[in-house]
Amino acid sequence: MIPSNLQDAGRALAHTRREFLRTAAGVTLGSALLRPSRLRAASSNSRKKVVVVTFGGGARDQETFAPEGQENIPHLMREFIPQASFFTQVVNRGILGHYVATASLATGVYETINNFASLPPQSPTVFEYFRKDLKRPSSDAWVVAPSNGFNRIGESSHRSYGPGLGARVILPKHLLMAATSNDGGDYRHLLRDNYETPYYAPELEGNEFQLQQLEMLLKVSVDDFRTHARTLSSPDELSLYIARRLMREIAPSLLWITMHDIDVAHAGAYSLYIDGIRRTDRLCSDLWKAIQSEPEYAGKTTLFILPDFGRDSDNDAGGNGFQHHRTGDALSRTTWMLVAGPGIREGVVFDRALESTDLVPTLGAMLGFSPTLAQGKPVAELL
Amino acid sequence: MLPRDLKPAQFASYPPEARKLVSNYLATLQQLPLSFLPGLLRELINYDFRFPAERKAHERELAQISALSAGQMRDWFGGFVEIRLSPQLEAFDWVKSPAQFVEQLSAHLWTTHQLDAFRQASNQYAERLRAAVPPEPPPLPRLGITVIGQGVAAYDDPLFLKLRPHGGYFGHVNPDKGLGQLLDAVAARAQAHPLPYGHWYIDGGEEAEHSPALTSLSYKALEPVRMAVLHKMQTELDRPGMGPEALRTILAQMLPADLGMTGDGNKPRDAVLDRFAVSLLTEGSGTQIFSTSFTQWAAREALRRAQPVTLLVHFAPRQRQKPMNELLTTISASPELDLVGSLIDADFGAYYNWLNQQRLTGADQSSFVVWFEGHSQALAIGPSMPQGTESSSSPNLGQLLAWTM
Repeated sequence: MIPSNLQDAGRALAHTRREFLRTAAGVTLGSALLRPSRLRAASSNSRKKVVVVTFGGGARDQETFAPEGQENIPHLMREFIPQASFFTQVVNRGILGHYVATASLATGVYETINNFASLPPQSPTVFEYFRKDLKRPSSDAWVVAPSNGFNRIGESSHRSYGPGLGARVILPKHLLMAATSNDGGDYRHLLRDNYETPYYAPELEGNEFQLQQLEMLLKVSVDDFRTHARTLSSPDELSLYIARRLMREIAPSLLWITMHDIDVAHAGAYSLYIDGIRRTDRLCSDLWKAIQSEPEYAGKTTLFILPDFGRDSDNDAGGNGFQHHRTGDALSRTTWMLVAGPGIREGVVFDRALESTDLVPTLGAMLGFSPTLAQGKPVAELL
Repeated sequence: MLPRDLKPAQFASYPPEARKLVSNYLATLQQLPLSFLPGLLRELINYDFRFPAERKAHERELAQISALSAGQMRDWFGGFVEIRLSPQLEAFDWVKSPAQFVEQLSAHLWTTHQLDAFRQASNQYAERLRAAVPPEPPPLPRLGITVIGQGVAAYDDPLFLKLRPHGGYFGHVNPDKGLGQLLDAVAARAQAHPLPYGHWYIDGGEEAEHSPALTSLSYKALEPVRMAVLHKMQTELDRPGMGPEALRTILAQMLPADLGMTGDGNKPRDAVLDRFAVSLLTEGSGTQIFSTSFTQWAAREALRRAQPVTLLVHFAPRQRQKPMNELLTTISASPELDLVGSLIDADFGAYYNWLNQQRLTGADQSSFVVWFEGHSQALAIGPSMPQGTESSSSPNLGQLLAWTM
């Protein structure tokens, strides 16, 4: 049970986000009574695609949707908000570590696995429900993840699901390291890893994409991969490059991309944190353009963008503001979700409280699978 | 082991003054819940190396708890009693290693979804303590000064945006010899009001010439210690099975002597300040690699712990961002600097310095000045400074300080 002061703080955050958006983008306040189903494009579940982007790792209102922060997210504000449904209050009641929180998002259950260990989620992931219920091949569910710690995110340890039923996982940085084993010096800027515990990288295990499959599946030679990587400036740019290749060559129906550049905030340099937000905003726009331009995705893809959680408030003496997400205060637990695509109402803001665990049931209702062990509820405003 | 089983001999490894303090209050400590007590012991075990303000606060807190009636104890600690602990936590040697216990307790609270309940219990306890034992007002109004932007030739974006609503913006200050004037002013305060650890100067680069009456720390002077910390991190993580939690535990146990802070025999070292400096580099995040992070964190911790009446913070440029592993493993004598990024870091750091100063007693009488070094922009906050205003006058930094206080 969330203490009432936390609920009040969450509601206050939702209210301010709604007001910011109403002022800045002219959006309207939505209601659960106004369902979008009549507007939904007539596409069968088998043709639908979903792309989930975690806007990570964690950004606060004052650097994003508050008036003083909107300059950092021009693409979200100008391009997305007018054509998306925006949920102002998504509460994460779980552990505020990036791996475990992403696992919670992907399972619909507040996971309690060690954030820094190489462990699979305990509950079935969205990828397992999707593949098992809909009898989809492994090529139809993919994860592009930022750091070595995320290599187990694709499938759970649950005995009814687990090995062989999950998503394929690509760790672009690991791939790049393998591709540049002799001349990594030119790529060091793309190999930043795990800002919270920078030295630590768990051993890799799991259903991981191998370097030799780069050419076979993504139709890109190791040389071309290295050459293109030289033109990129951050790990998340590398992730987007790989995601675009996946969309072009494999076109999975369920694609999950975890961004992580923003988490450089743990190093305490505010300018680098802001740079991360601006880059992630731009990459979301680039991804949306890719969705519109790929024939396999255009007109049938729903895009979800949501942070895994926020960061600590300036006003909590127990934290150090933007640097961490350790206090568990309302600002670090309360975040937002933006959804765009065919049948999704455009320019509408919903400020009722959702939970992070509602994502998987919503995806299930959209794509036609049953996440029976997920704790959350489908978001009716999207169905 | 539970608190009721505590015995004096269990504190044998505590430093002498800490041992004496906990022994005096043993009967009180035995009544406290296990979810609370190790957090208190984590502070008390370092009592010998705490700043005067912290020592006084601990003494007053213990005296207050020991004066509570049985009913008041239930009111004050009921929330902590409700916290469910694991058998592993109960079996942990929390007397000897309270900090490690608190780390494990934190993980347990997150995992068992009890963090919010613990947070609520902690906030209620802190409110009750503050009401029963109000913090003492400072002996003179506090003054905070932050200097940002060293080395930046020009910057066109507006500065001090977070602070402007709280004070007066000056766009035409005379920057000549500004840092010297500020150092002179804080030295004068230190000489007029001598207080142990009451007047501080923190520099993110090489410290300027300053009065010995100031408690001072600088990134440059701590470079050997910083390198030793980085080397230790690297060595430990090369060991099989080492993870982030174990590393944190090892770093938290490091003492000044472990990092080469042994002195030259001519001048005795300040054990309290040495411990403080080590904690900045072993417990801070980013302090080992970015001078701006070190400077902000040092100011935050100095304010929180020593509660100075004077604090001059001088930010210097940090090195440019590189892959994190490279920043941690490579120490260059002349790293490439990110001047503008450092200015943005420091501008926000100034806001945090002010926020942290305002958390202390006497906030309504406190003053704060931030200056863009070598340039004409400054902002002043104080009881006599109108809020949200802009001035066209052209004071030098010494005059601006005089107007602000």
